Amino acid sequence: MKNASRMRLTRGPAFISMVAALALGLSACGEYSQVANYKPGSYQGKSDTRPWEGGKFAGDKAAWEAALANRVQGQNEYKRTQ
Amino acid sequence: MARMKFLCDAERCIECNGCVTACKNEHELPWGVNRRRVVTINDGVPGEKSISVSCMHCSDAPCMAVCPTDCFYKTDEGVVLHNKDACIGCGYCFFACPFGAPQFPNGPAAFGARGKMDKCTFCSGGPEENGSKEEFEKYGRNRISEGKLPACAEMCSTKALLAGDAPVISDIFRDRALRRGKAGDAAWGWTTAYGKPEQTQERSREQSREGGK
Repeated sequence: MKNASRMRLTRGPAFISMVAALALGLSACGEYSQVANYKPGSYQGKSDTRPWEGGKFAGDKAAWEAALANRVQGQNEYKRTQ
Repeated sequence: MARMKFLCDAERCIECNGCVTACKNEHELPWGVNRRRVVTINDGVPGEKSISVSCMHCSDAPCMAVCPTDCFYKTDEGVVLHNKDACIGCGYCFFACPFGAPQFPNGPAAFGARGKMDKCTFCSGGPEENGSKEEFEKYGRNRISEGKLPACAEMCSTKALLAGDAPVISDIFRDRALRRGKAGDAAWGWTTAYGKPEQTQERSREQSREGGK
Protein backbone atom coordinates (compact mmCIF):
# COMPACT_ATOMS: atom_id res chain seq x y z
CA MET A 1 0.00 0.00 0.00
CA LYS A 2 2.76 2.38 1.00
CA ASN A 3 4.69 1.58 -2.18
CA ALA A 4 1.65 2.24 -4.40
CA SER A 5 0.92 5.65 -2.86
CA ARG A 6 4.62 6.61 -3.11
CA MET A 7 4.59 5.60 -6.79
CA ARG A 8 1.51 7.76 -7.37
CA LEU A 9 3.20 10.70 -5.66
CA THR A 10 6.38 10.45 -7.72
CA ARG A 11 4.53 9.76 -10.97
CA GLY A 12 2.09 12.65 -10.55
CA PRO A 13 4.48 15.58 -11.13
CA ALA A 14 6.28 13.71 -13.91
CA PHE A 15 2.99 13.03 -15.65
CA ILE A 16 1.86 16.65 -15.33
CA SER A 17 5.17 18.01 -16.61
CA MET A 18 5.04 15.57 -19.54
CA VAL A 19 1.53 16.70 -20.49
CA ALA A 20 2.59 20.34 -20.18
CA ALA A 21 5.65 19.77 -22.38
CA LEU A 22 3.49 17.98 -24.96
CA ALA A 23 0.93 20.79 -25.01
CA LEU A 24 3.68 23.38 -25.30
CA GLY A 25 5.34 21.44 -28.11
CA LEU A 26 2.12 20.99 -30.05
CA SER A 27 1.15 24.63 -29.69
CA ALA A 28 4.08 25.50 -31.95
CA CYS A 29 2.42 23.49 -34.73
CA GLY A 30 -0.72 25.63 -34.70
CA GLU A 31 -1.36 28.40 -37.22
CA TYR A 32 -1.88 31.94 -36.13
CA SER A 33 -2.55 35.19 -37.94
CA GLN A 34 0.68 36.93 -38.82
CA VAL A 35 -1.02 40.29 -39.38
CA ALA A 36 -2.34 42.06 -36.34
CA ASN A 37 -5.98 43.14 -36.64
CA TYR A 38 -6.16 42.31 -40.33
CA LYS A 39 -8.83 44.31 -42.11
CA PRO A 40 -9.18 43.26 -45.74
CA GLY A 41 -9.33 46.15 -48.17
CA SER A 42 -7.55 48.75 -46.10
CA TYR A 43 -3.91 49.78 -45.93
CA GLN A 44 -2.15 48.46 -42.86
CA GLY A 45 1.47 49.18 -43.57
CA LYS A 46 3.69 51.82 -42.05
CA SER A 47 2.14 55.22 -41.60
CA ASP A 48 3.64 58.03 -43.63
CA THR A 49 4.63 61.45 -42.38
CA ARG A 50 2.91 64.44 -43.97
CA PRO A 51 4.94 66.56 -46.37
CA TRP A 52 5.18 69.57 -44.06
CA GLU A 53 6.22 67.49 -41.04
CA GLY A 54 9.94 67.65 -40.35
CA GLY A 55 12.67 68.82 -42.67
CA LYS A 56 12.47 72.27 -44.26
CA PHE A 57 9.00 73.28 -43.04
CA ALA A 58 9.10 71.69 -39.55
CA GLY A 59 5.33 71.37 -39.24
CA ASP A 60 4.41 74.73 -40.78
CA LYS A 61 1.59 73.66 -43.08
CA ALA A 62 0.75 77.19 -44.23
CA ALA A 63 4.34 77.86 -45.34
CA TRP A 64 4.44 74.57 -47.20
CA GLU A 65 1.15 75.29 -48.98
CA ALA A 66 2.37 78.79 -49.91
CA ALA A 67 5.64 77.41 -51.33
CA LEU A 68 3.78 74.83 -53.39
CA ALA A 69 1.15 77.32 -54.62
CA ASN A 70 3.96 79.60 -55.77
CA ARG A 71 5.56 76.76 -57.70
CA VAL A 72 2.27 75.72 -59.31
CA GLN A 73 1.62 79.28 -60.51
CA GLY A 74 5.15 79.31 -61.92
CA GLN A 75 3.98 76.82 -64.54
CA ASN A 76 1.78 79.47 -66.13
CA GLU A 77 4.12 81.31 -68.48
CA TYR A 78 1.43 83.90 -69.31
CA LYS A 79 1.64 85.07 -65.71
CA ARG A 80 5.42 84.75 -65.50
CA THR A 81 6.03 86.97 -68.52
CA GLN A 82 3.58 89.71 -67.56
CA MET B 1 -5.23 70.87 -49.24
CA ALA B 2 -6.46 70.17 -52.70
CA ARG B 3 -5.86 67.14 -54.83
CA MET B 4 -2.61 66.74 -56.70
CA LYS B 5 -2.98 65.87 -60.36
CA PHE B 6 -0.99 65.61 -63.58
CA LEU B 7 -2.19 67.21 -66.80
CA CYS B 8 -0.43 66.51 -70.09
CA ASP B 9 -1.23 69.02 -72.83
CA ALA B 10 -0.84 66.97 -76.04
CA GLU B 11 -0.86 70.17 -78.13
CA ARG B 12 2.40 71.25 -76.53
CA CYS B 13 4.40 68.05 -76.01
CA ILE B 14 7.35 67.95 -78.40
CA GLU B 15 8.55 64.46 -77.41
CA CYS B 16 11.84 65.75 -76.02
CA ASN B 17 11.84 63.15 -73.22
CA GLY B 18 13.03 65.78 -70.76
CA CYS B 19 10.46 64.57 -68.23
CA VAL B 20 11.66 60.96 -68.56
CA THR B 21 15.29 61.99 -68.07
CA ALA B 22 14.48 64.33 -65.17
CA CYS B 23 12.59 61.54 -63.40
CA LYS B 24 15.31 58.93 -63.91
CA ASN B 25 17.98 61.33 -62.73
CA GLU B 26 16.06 62.68 -59.74
CA HIS B 27 15.29 59.26 -58.28
CA GLU B 28 18.40 57.44 -59.54
CA LEU B 29 16.21 54.74 -61.05
CA PRO B 30 17.81 51.44 -62.07
CA TRP B 31 18.16 50.29 -65.65
CA GLY B 32 14.82 49.11 -67.03
CA VAL B 33 12.62 51.08 -64.65
CA ASN B 34 10.86 54.06 -66.23
CA ARG B 35 8.39 55.76 -63.98
CA ARG B 36 7.52 58.11 -66.84
CA ARG B 37 7.49 57.56 -70.60
CA VAL B 38 6.59 59.61 -73.65
CA VAL B 39 4.17 57.88 -75.97
CA THR B 40 3.53 59.04 -79.53
CA ILE B 41 0.16 58.31 -81.10
CA ASN B 42 0.00 57.92 -84.90
CA ASP B 43 3.79 58.16 -85.08
CA GLY B 44 4.94 59.34 -88.50
CA VAL B 45 1.44 60.32 -89.59
CA PRO B 46 0.73 64.04 -90.04
CA GLY B 47 -0.92 65.32 -86.88
CA GLU B 48 0.82 62.85 -84.57
CA LYS B 49 0.51 63.58 -80.89
CA SER B 50 2.89 62.84 -78.04
CA ILE B 51 1.93 62.47 -74.43
CA SER B 52 3.90 62.01 -71.26
CA VAL B 53 2.55 59.05 -69.30
CA SER B 54 3.12 57.86 -65.76
CA CYS B 55 1.02 57.03 -62.73
CA MET B 56 -1.82 59.58 -62.77
CA HIS B 57 -2.68 59.08 -59.08
CA CYS B 58 -6.26 58.22 -60.00
CA SER B 59 -9.23 59.29 -57.92
CA ASP B 60 -10.45 55.70 -57.76
CA ALA B 61 -7.17 53.87 -58.31
CA PRO B 62 -7.60 50.35 -59.73
CA CYS B 63 -4.17 49.29 -58.40
CA MET B 64 -5.40 49.90 -54.86
CA ALA B 65 -8.46 47.77 -55.50
CA VAL B 66 -6.60 44.72 -56.81
CA CYS B 67 -3.54 44.61 -54.53
CA PRO B 68 -3.68 41.34 -52.56
CA THR B 69 -1.48 42.70 -49.77
CA ASP B 70 -3.22 46.12 -49.56
CA CYS B 71 0.11 47.88 -49.77
CA PHE B 72 -1.32 51.02 -51.41
CA TYR B 73 -2.52 54.12 -49.63
CA LYS B 74 -3.55 57.60 -50.62
CA THR B 75 -2.14 60.70 -48.99
CA ASP B 76 -4.22 63.71 -47.94
CA GLU B 77 -3.08 65.38 -51.15
CA GLY B 78 -4.55 62.57 -53.29
CA VAL B 79 -1.22 60.97 -54.17
CA VAL B 80 -1.33 57.17 -54.53
CA LEU B 81 1.70 55.64 -52.80
CA HIS B 82 2.68 52.14 -51.79
CA ASN B 83 4.63 50.38 -49.09
CA LYS B 84 7.46 48.42 -50.69
CA ASP B 85 7.95 46.35 -47.53
CA ALA B 86 4.52 44.79 -48.12
CA CYS B 87 4.74 44.42 -51.93
CA ILE B 88 5.13 40.82 -53.10
CA GLY B 89 5.71 41.65 -56.76
CA CYS B 90 2.63 39.78 -57.98
CA GLY B 91 2.03 42.25 -60.84
CA TYR B 92 -1.75 42.54 -60.38
CA CYS B 93 -1.43 46.32 -60.23
CA PHE B 94 0.33 46.31 -63.59
CA PHE B 95 -2.59 44.46 -65.21
CA ALA B 96 -5.14 46.74 -63.55
CA CYS B 97 -3.48 50.08 -64.35
CA PRO B 98 -4.90 51.82 -67.47
CA PHE B 99 -1.60 53.72 -67.91
CA GLY B 100 0.91 50.86 -67.53
CA ALA B 101 2.52 52.74 -64.66
CA PRO B 102 3.76 49.97 -62.34
CA GLN B 103 7.34 48.98 -63.11
CA PHE B 104 9.28 45.94 -61.95
CA PRO B 105 13.08 45.99 -61.57
CA ASN B 106 13.51 42.43 -62.84
CA GLY B 107 11.19 42.91 -65.81
CA PRO B 108 8.78 40.19 -66.94
CA ALA B 109 9.51 37.24 -64.68
CA ALA B 110 7.72 34.52 -62.76
CA PHE B 111 5.50 35.37 -59.82
CA GLY B 112 7.59 36.74 -56.98
CA ALA B 113 10.72 37.07 -59.13
CA ARG B 114 9.81 40.44 -60.63
CA GLY B 115 10.98 42.34 -57.60
CA LYS B 116 9.08 45.00 -55.71
CA MET B 117 6.86 47.25 -57.77
CA ASP B 118 8.11 50.75 -58.47
CA LYS B 119 6.04 53.66 -59.76
CA CYS B 120 5.77 57.42 -59.85
CA THR B 121 5.35 58.83 -56.34
CA PHE B 122 4.51 62.38 -57.49
CA CYS B 123 7.97 63.02 -56.01
CA SER B 124 6.52 62.54 -52.53
CA GLY B 125 8.54 59.53 -51.34
CA GLY B 126 6.83 56.81 -49.37
CA PRO B 127 6.10 55.53 -45.88
CA GLU B 128 9.49 56.42 -44.41
CA GLU B 129 10.74 59.55 -42.68
CA ASN B 130 10.66 62.56 -45.03
CA GLY B 131 13.99 63.07 -46.75
CA SER B 132 15.62 60.06 -45.11
CA LYS B 133 18.16 57.76 -46.78
CA GLU B 134 15.71 54.83 -46.52
CA GLU B 135 13.02 56.85 -48.28
CA PHE B 136 15.37 57.83 -51.09
CA GLU B 137 16.62 54.28 -51.62
CA LYS B 138 13.14 52.76 -51.71
CA TYR B 139 10.99 55.49 -53.27
CA GLY B 140 13.25 58.23 -54.57
CA ARG B 141 13.51 61.86 -53.64
CA ASN B 142 10.75 63.61 -51.73
CA ARG B 143 10.48 66.98 -53.48
CA ILE B 144 6.94 67.65 -52.24
CA SER B 145 8.19 67.83 -48.64
CA GLU B 146 10.71 70.41 -49.86
CA GLY B 147 7.86 72.55 -51.22
CA LYS B 148 8.67 71.67 -54.83
CA LEU B 149 6.66 70.08 -57.62
CA PRO B 150 7.53 66.78 -59.37
CA ALA B 151 10.80 67.01 -61.30
CA CYS B 152 9.18 65.96 -64.61
CA ALA B 153 6.72 68.88 -64.63
CA GLU B 154 9.27 71.42 -63.45
CA MET B 155 11.73 70.27 -66.10
CA CYS B 156 9.21 70.32 -68.98
CA SER B 157 10.53 72.86 -71.48
CA THR B 158 7.19 73.64 -73.14
CA LYS B 159 5.18 73.25 -69.92
CA ALA B 160 3.11 70.59 -71.66
CA LEU B 161 3.18 68.60 -68.43
CA LEU B 162 1.51 70.38 -65.56
CA ALA B 163 1.48 69.09 -62.00
CA GLY B 164 -0.10 70.35 -58.83
CA ASP B 165 -3.32 71.44 -57.30
CA ALA B 166 -6.18 70.36 -59.64
CA PRO B 167 -8.14 73.65 -59.78
CA VAL B 168 -4.95 75.66 -60.42
CA ILE B 169 -3.57 73.50 -63.22
CA SER B 170 -6.98 73.26 -64.90
CA ASP B 171 -7.17 77.06 -64.75
CA ILE B 172 -3.74 77.32 -66.39
CA PHE B 173 -4.86 74.90 -69.09
CA ARG B 174 -8.17 76.69 -69.63
CA ASP B 175 -6.38 80.01 -70.02
CA ARG B 176 -4.02 78.41 -72.53
CA ALA B 177 -6.83 76.82 -74.55
CA LEU B 178 -8.66 80.16 -74.73
CA ARG B 179 -5.55 82.00 -75.92
CA ARG B 180 -4.68 79.50 -78.62
CA GLY B 181 -8.30 79.01 -79.57
CA LYS B 182 -8.55 75.24 -79.12
CA ALA B 183 -8.21 72.59 -76.48
CA GLY B 184 -7.28 69.97 -79.07
CA ASP B 185 -6.57 66.42 -77.89
CA ALA B 186 -5.30 67.88 -74.70
CA ALA B 187 -5.65 66.82 -71.09
CA TRP B 188 -5.06 63.28 -72.19
CA GLY B 189 -6.04 60.61 -69.64
CA TRP B 190 -7.77 63.15 -67.42
CA THR B 191 -11.19 61.47 -67.59
CA THR B 192 -9.78 57.97 -67.20
CA ALA B 193 -7.83 58.97 -64.12
CA TYR B 194 -10.09 61.50 -62.46
CA GLY B 195 -13.51 60.80 -63.98
CA LYS B 196 -14.64 58.72 -61.02
CA PRO B 197 -15.39 60.11 -57.59
CA GLU B 198 -12.68 60.03 -54.98
CA GLN B 199 -12.56 56.82 -52.99
CA THR B 200 -14.95 57.30 -50.13
CA GLN B 201 -13.08 54.87 -47.90
CA GLU B 202 -9.93 56.92 -48.10
CA ARG B 203 -11.74 60.19 -47.57
CA SER B 204 -13.56 58.91 -44.52
CA ARG B 205 -10.27 57.59 -43.13
CA GLU B 206 -8.66 60.97 -43.57
CA GLN B 207 -11.63 62.75 -42.05
CA SER B 208 -11.54 60.49 -39.00
CA ARG B 209 -7.82 61.15 -38.69
CA GLU B 210 -8.39 64.89 -38.94
CA GLY B 211 -11.15 64.62 -36.34
CA GLY B 212 -8.87 62.73 -33.97
CA LYS B 213 -6.26 65.48 -34.02
